[in-house]
Amino acid sequence: MDQYVIGVIVSNVSGVLSRVSGMFTRRGFNIDCLTVGETESSGFSRITVAFRGDDEIKDRIVQQLQKLHDVREVEVLNKNETVIRELLLIKVRNKAEYRQDIMTAVEIFRSKIVDYSPTALVCELTGETSKIDAFIELLKPYGIMEMCRTGIVAIERGENCLKTVK
Amino acid sequence: MLISGAKIVVETLIEQGCDTVFGYPGGQVINLFDELYLCRDRIDHILTAHEQGAAHAADGYARATGKVGVVIATSGPGATNLVTGIATAFLDSVPMVAITGNVPCGLIGRDSFQEVDIVGVTMPITKHNFIVKDIRELADTLRMAFKIAKSGRPGPVLVDIPKDVQVAKCEFEPKAQPVIPYPLPFASDDKLEQAAALIDKAERPYIYFGGGIIAGKASDELIALAEKIDAPMGCSLMGLSAVPSAHPKFLGMQGMHGHYASSVAEDEADLVITLGARFSDRATGNKNRFAQNFKLIHIDIDGAELHKNIPADLAVKGDIKDAAARLTELVTKKERPEWQKRIAGLREEERLRTEQALSKSYGKDCGNCSAPCDKTGLPADQRLRPYDIVDIISSHAGDAVVVTDVGQHQMWAAQRYPLKKPRTFLTSGGLGTMGYGMGAAIGASAAGKHTVLFTGDGSFGMNLNELATAVTQETPLVIVIMNNGVLGMVRQWQTLFFDKHYSNTTLSRKTDFVKLAEAFGAEGRRCFTAEQLEEAAKEAFAHKGPFVLDCVVDCDEFVLPMLPPGGSIDDIITEIK
Repeated sequence: MDQYVIGVIVSNVSGVLSRVSGMFTRRGFNIDCLTVGETESSGFSRITVAFRGDDEIKDRIVQQLQKLHDVREVEVLNKNETVIRELLLIKVRNKAEYRQDIMTAVEIFRSKIVDYSPTALVCELTGETSKIDAFIELLKPYGIMEMCRTGIVAIERGENCLKTVK
Repeated sequence: MLISGAKIVVETLIEQGCDTVFGYPGGQVINLFDELYLCRDRIDHILTAHEQGAAHAADGYARATGKVGVVIATSGPGATNLVTGIATAFLDSVPMVAITGNVPCGLIGRDSFQEVDIVGVTMPITKHNFIVKDIRELADTLRMAFKIAKSGRPGPVLVDIPKDVQVAKCEFEPKAQPVIPYPLPFASDDKLEQAAALIDKAERPYIYFGGGIIAGKASDELIALAEKIDAPMGCSLMGLSAVPSAHPKFLGMQGMHGHYASSVAEDEADLVITLGARFSDRATGNKNRFAQNFKLIHIDIDGAELHKNIPADLAVKGDIKDAAARLTELVTKKERPEWQKRIAGLREEERLRTEQALSKSYGKDCGNCSAPCDKTGLPADQRLRPYDIVDIISSHAGDAVVVTDVGQHQMWAAQRYPLKKPRTFLTSGGLGTMGYGMGAAIGASAAGKHTVLFTGDGSFGMNLNELATAVTQETPLVIVIMNNGVLGMVRQWQTLFFDKHYSNTTLSRKTDFVKLAEAFGAEGRRCFTAEQLEEAAKEAFAHKGPFVLDCVVDCDEFVLPMLPPGGSIDDIITEIK
């Protein structure tokens, strides 16, 4: 099964996230991740959804999304022509014996340490999902205390835009 | 001029062409009902016995007229009682606006008395829904609700209005015209040309249509196409009444309890042209087997239906009326005598099978159930048969609108009733809502239609409280109860697939439906034989208000033919051994 990423422009009204996520639930489509945020125009929000499925499922999802009254634009993003990013915040144990190893990992992954205390470190990392996964894997032996990731946001390269400005 | 939110609601309903609403009052819509009282010479409100009945009535009104049905209920339990009715309308694409009251905005989210998040509850069963928290948005939101309900593939829309918004005041300017629906999708020339090419090449084309023909007012275009390409037609349950039952090209409903000829003809076709249908599992049976032998053209107004259940060789999104008309222009007029010969053969085969099935007497091995048929004292071959009931009623009913509940009686009526005009067969197809019938019949009657309800003792028991409404409204409604003392459709499955374990399908009730009718202020007769029903039907159709015909039938009458669930045409059951 392939992973698809779709960008959805929706009216910025209350309940719209429930409508979109609810459509996935009740039709039995599985979401890998879903993010929502503001856009350049205040009337609209942008939702990025990643899901696994085949071509047929992808088409059904697009069709069902297009039927929702609050949905203005739906586009399946071509992953080769799209910048995809995710943000990770991860807290690991700060112990002298492997502090240097963590520092090295942070440097090589172009991560940042954004909080430092005698017992814990918080690292911030932006990148594609696979890079984030690799970084987490690398930090596991040092004791991950907690972590959170945003899920992906995605934007097409070049002139292509997904927007409804009226 | 400043007017209240409640008045804005009523004025907007009137502006949208609504002259009849169904509903039930309550604490959070009391202001709205006050305005209905003040405007009672401009808009009728029909009070039902239960909000579910009101929702079904709005649905029945919409199906019978093609207009948007409107239902009003209070917050909390009033709103949740609408849920089954809204879901019924959603599954069958019926235009409806449901208006609910809610607790004042300041009390929302605090589990206040009679507070329910009805917008959350109905999100998956409406085309869209709204909660109006700002009175300045009230009129336009209601207009948008009507617009969404009747645009494209129709469906229900709910508008939740907190009490303080009904009380608040705001400027209101009525519009001269009701809202205009969104433009319909337009089938591309390219796709239609491809469709015409496939049709011209086909030797055995078959047309399968659904409720989209009725919603899209495309009956004439459909018939013109069928006649030009010399193709037989069959339909889904929702398609019934779109073409006259007696039309020479029409083979009847197909699917789980469809006609033998239409189900077999479709399977033998080399091309199936599907218009305004969505391939419900009840229509297709086993999806993997269903479209094995033919190429499939699927034309529908809703793009999400294309390839959803059955992948099509050619899928066309478009307004069905326009698409069918243009397709008819493009195809070559052709006669297909070989195919017609085969169809005639199938019709004859079906006639013989039906005759044979009808000649079999039932009731010999009734077991120890307490079904009323045991108490008729009549030999099995003299008892009332389901098809006889449909035939007798239809011979008296003229052009009445036929409403059904859900179960065996529904299928018997669907198979047998001779329909003449669109919007004369109202039934809960997608959701299969037992208890739909009484409300829907009241709604159809409110639209000025003479109405016949076919129901069963199970379905009738679910919402018979609406008999009170029918009596109050002096509804000219003939209620035909096919009373077999059992939940017959489930019993039929238990007979076939569960070793006759009649778990909870034998009703063992002592309800006397004639006395019950009288208690409600209606009339009733009990009929054991065809002669008795003939007499009683005359009386019933001459009667002014609701009239109950309690028709006692055998508990082992079966709906045949039957494609078992998940089965295919290869598994068709045409007799019970």
